[in-house]
Amino acid sequence: MSSLAEYAWLVPVFPAAAFAVLTAMGRGAGRGGAWIGTLASLASLVLSLMLAGQRLSGTAVEYSNHFDWIRAGGFTLSLGYEVTNLTVLMLVVVSLVSFLVNLYSHGYMKDDERISTFFAYVALFSSSMLGLVLSYNLLTMYIFWELVGVCSFLLVGFYFRKPEAKAAAKKAFIVTRIGDIGLLIAILLLFWYMPNHSLDFTEIHNVFGTQTGVISMGITTLIALLIFLGAVGKSGQFPLHVWLPDAMEGPTPISALIHAATMVAAGVFLVTRTFDIFEASQAAMTTVAVIGAFTAIFAATIGLAQNDIKRILAYSTVSQLGYMMLALGVGSETGAMFHLFTHAFFKALLFLGAGSVIHAVHTQDIREMGGLGRKMKITAGTFGIGALALSGIPPFAGFWSKDAVLAAALEANPIYFIVGVIAAFFTALYMARLFFLVFAGSPRGASHAHESPAVMTVPLLVLAVLAVIAGFVQTPFSEWFGEWLFPGAEEEHASVLVIVVSIVAGLLGIYLGWLIYAKGSVRRDVVSSRMPGLVRLLERKYYVDELYDLVFVRPLGGLGKLLNVIDDYVVDGAVRVVGQSASAIGRLNTRLQSGQLQTYALTALIGLVILALAIAGRRFW
Amino acid sequence: MNMLASYLTLAAVLFCIGLYGVITKRNAIIVLLSVELMLNAVNLNLIAFAKYGVQPSITGQIFSLFTMTVAAAEAAVGVAILVAVYRSRASVNVDEFDELRR
Repeated sequence: MSSLAEYAWLVPVFPAAAFAVLTAMGRGAGRGGAWIGTLASLASLVLSLMLAGQRLSGTAVEYSNHFDWIRAGGFTLSLGYEVTNLTVLMLVVVSLVSFLVNLYSHGYMKDDERISTFFAYVALFSSSMLGLVLSYNLLTMYIFWELVGVCSFLLVGFYFRKPEAKAAAKKAFIVTRIGDIGLLIAILLLFWYMPNHSLDFTEIHNVFGTQTGVISMGITTLIALLIFLGAVGKSGQFPLHVWLPDAMEGPTPISALIHAATMVAAGVFLVTRTFDIFEASQAAMTTVAVIGAFTAIFAATIGLAQNDIKRILAYSTVSQLGYMMLALGVGSETGAMFHLFTHAFFKALLFLGAGSVIHAVHTQDIREMGGLGRKMKITAGTFGIGALALSGIPPFAGFWSKDAVLAAALEANPIYFIVGVIAAFFTALYMARLFFLVFAGSPRGASHAHESPAVMTVPLLVLAVLAVIAGFVQTPFSEWFGEWLFPGAEEEHASVLVIVVSIVAGLLGIYLGWLIYAKGSVRRDVVSSRMPGLVRLLERKYYVDELYDLVFVRPLGGLGKLLNVIDDYVVDGAVRVVGQSASAIGRLNTRLQSGQLQTYALTALIGLVILALAIAGRRFW
Repeated sequence: MNMLASYLTLAAVLFCIGLYGVITKRNAIIVLLSVELMLNAVNLNLIAFAKYGVQPSITGQIFSLFTMTVAAAEAAVGVAILVAVYRSRASVNVDEFDELRR
């Protein structure tokens, strides 16, 4: 049977071609250009779905193909792609969200004169991200890894006339770069220590998963931690989470596509792909779990005190990515990928819903919204579904995946479980606050809001359906998803305790949010009046930005200024001295060239005298 | 021997006076005259050596005659050039003749 998998490389090629065409056409492409990007992403989606269909039928074998890129002596670097259940799952998620965001952007970016540039960047991003998930070795993945970083930079800074957007783009690029350096060093170490210098995921699986002792324990831990550093940067985990909320300066569809559903999940995907290295090192696993758990609760508390609709969702993303990392850290690949899968849908839904709201009221401050539920019924309904899914209320998707994570956490260490449950409570609380402030009550700001056009609401509806049903692939009653994705992996079965506790935490959070922000029976300043310091701490995001500014940015800026001064006065000074001395000598010599006959005669005389003296002196001494 | 020394001293004094005139005087006529002075100092040397030299011979006197002839020709040419320059520039100051510089 001729396998479709042989054509899997076409999936990222469609958007890449769209990017090339759009870039070649320039800004003249206009709205027609936007359709080129959308059609390309549709083509990717269709091919991905066909691939998924073939894999679901269970007849296809894992397929990989590669070619040698650089060959010198015994040294070979190859690039290639691999089709497995995991990569196909990611292909479908990425191309589906990408297509829906493309569609949505037709409405959202309608009045932007650089709309074709926008779609070109989105196409480039889709292509890179699809390439990333298809990669068959770490090198290929690293190339696409950097490409998605570039796209993120371009798209965050899309409104580059706004200074905040410019600063956010730079911050996103530089902060993720710290993680990328870690990943690069990890790849170099792997290349050095692996037998045959192989970087294939299959080979990594063989070396770390089955044969033990090929690579020493210390090196394994080091490699795992460095890979994790790359994932921390990309997935916005503490302490490199600071770029993600700032990245919300980009257009909202971008926040949905890159900074919620796909690119930020690349870190989780990377750890999943190299999971055998992590499993070989207990220290690395503990680090992943602790960082994940800490990020989950840390970001959730910040989310409670923010007022920008997109920033709340951004911190929520950071927090949910923390859940995924926690799941990986306690050894549950299935939990992490499952949460990634459902999170991609409901978080994209929430961001697109937020975009719809922003499109209607032209503000991002939730204190200026309110009562939008009556005017924007579809947005409110779908947003509500997304919020319930995120809060972990059954039967929505987030409930099942969060349960899988929490069950694995409980099995590993009850502390992780408790932290996870508290974070889940905060998640429900801030989502309730967001939902009730935006959609319930009476309008507080501009009241000319209206429902968004169909091109924007249709993606919302599709994602809302997915946010409801996506969870049923893996329930405590049928663990089909995990079996399909990681055959043979042992997974923890969700216990009744986990289900009950997580439902209670979610419902409690929502109830509290309803009491405070909708019913008003609990005063809103109940916390801020008693503990103003705490609220301020949360509003200022634990002063992490300020701390980094003080510890890294200022000293490095000072060092830069110092080096600039040295460059100006020492390096350039030396160059200037050389140049100016040459011209000074020249000026001096022009004075000798006076044209005065008598001066020449005098000079000749002096020369003659000196010559005579020299000859005479030689004779006498 | 004494006679030679006094002739040579006189010639050296004459030569230095001429050289001084060539280097310091602004008027081109005086410069020319100073050049003549230097030539005459050389003539004096030639004659002195012809009479009191290690191997006295008539060659020195003949050579000085040649020098005088050439000096006369040189003076004629030099004054002619000066007249031409004076016509074009209305000046005979040497320090204004700096065309070479440009």
